[in-house]
Amino acid sequence: MVKRIFAIVFILIIGFWMAKALDQVPFGQDRMLVGKYYLEHVKEETGAVNAVTAVVVNYRGFDTLGEVTVLFIASTGVAALLWRKKRKRTAKTEGSVVLTTGARLLLPFIMLFGVYIFIHGHLTPGGGFPGGATIATAFLFLYLAFTVYEVDHKIFEPLEGLAGVGYVTVGLIGLAIGGYFLFDWIWQTWGIGKENIGRLLSAGFIPIIYTLIGIKVGTELTGIVDNMIKEPEEGGQ
Amino acid sequence: MNPYYFASIALILIGLYAILAKRNVLKMLVGLSIMETGVNLLLISVGYVSGRSAPILSEGITPDRAVDPIPQALVLTAIVIGVATTAMALSVVINLYEKYKTLNVEEIRRLRG
Amino acid sequence: MSDWVAIFIAALMVVSAIFAVEWRDLLAAVVGMTAVSLFASIAFFFLQAPDVAMVEAAIGAALSAAVFIFAINRTERYESEEEGTGWWVKW
Repeated sequence: MVKRIFAIVFILIIGFWMAKALDQVPFGQDRMLVGKYYLEHVKEETGAVNAVTAVVVNYRGFDTLGEVTVLFIASTGVAALLWRKKRKRTAKTEGSVVLTTGARLLLPFIMLFGVYIFIHGHLTPGGGFPGGATIATAFLFLYLAFTVYEVDHKIFEPLEGLAGVGYVTVGLIGLAIGGYFLFDWIWQTWGIGKENIGRLLSAGFIPIIYTLIGIKVGTELTGIVDNMIKEPEEGGQ
Repeated sequence: MNPYYFASIALILIGLYAILAKRNVLKMLVGLSIMETGVNLLLISVGYVSGRSAPILSEGITPDRAVDPIPQALVLTAIVIGVATTAMALSVVINLYEKYKTLNVEEIRRLRG
Repeated sequence: MSDWVAIFIAALMVVSAIFAVEWRDLLAAVVGMTAVSLFASIAFFFLQAPDVAMVEAAIGAALSAAVFIFAINRTERYESEEEGTGWWVKW
């Protein structure tokens, strides 16, 4: 009880402090500094229509590489912490007819939607992160519907590694051509798609990198789901 | 005070309360997730400019009619990282339960050693 | 009009968060957390951030809850709190 009262007093102090601080920040006011530059120059500098995508992949591509690395480390950490000698799926009840039929019917469409989201990341809302999450949701659906289902680890783990290597390779080609890591060589040196901004084949390396990010996020989140759903066998510790 | 600001502060405080006052480790992680949602909502609502549309510069949307793209780019990656780190924390909790057969932090503290 | 929508969504978020923290059944708590994420996704959409709304809907509402439920499946479902549930969430 003392702990609870102490906690309430503490969060009231923090809440008062945060409310005081946010009082100085009026809601809905234009206070862009860097954002204004990005919005005004995004079309000629990157070719992307969606400014968020341009910031994530082009202006702050190195940052995103770091985020993908954190994702990889977290996924590896889950696999290492849940590693046992013998593990398998222990679910007893098969999914109902609605679930299994729905999984079989809807799986290609969910995958197609995920691929659509990450290929059109520079034109419409979305990109590699929601696209990869949608693909991981499709695999989660399969895991829930079938008791013996397991992803093909021989395909999944190399794919995950190749996507990460591909990201770094695109950055290194930029280093060789333009002089700095993750230089947008397709857009700025080759100038492919300069005349069709707002169509699919534009925006330089953004679709390529977002496809790689989508594959990486999808495989890694599926790996996390796979590691968390499998349980150790009896006496297999 | 604006409702979005109020909601984000309230979510952060509720999550903090769960972390401070609850004894169950999983409940603490639920609180941490709620806190993360609150922080994301705070970042997005600071970047909002009233009367403007999303920063997708298709036909008819000029740069002076779009909201700030930078907080959105930050939050976009933060959510994905958040679920991965939460999964890692949950696997630590699973290991903890296999060792001590309880999720109560005070009992775990007593059983240690 | 849009002010009232904002107030409504904010109230729903806060109420679901309180339920998520106070319910002793951890499965119900995870559902409350998912509800917070879902309403936050709607709020992001109204704050003109469709990218973030999509990512929050895909991850906060589906994958995060799934990961929590797998963890509950391998540990235990009920929280043993000796002080009991408060009157404000007991029904």
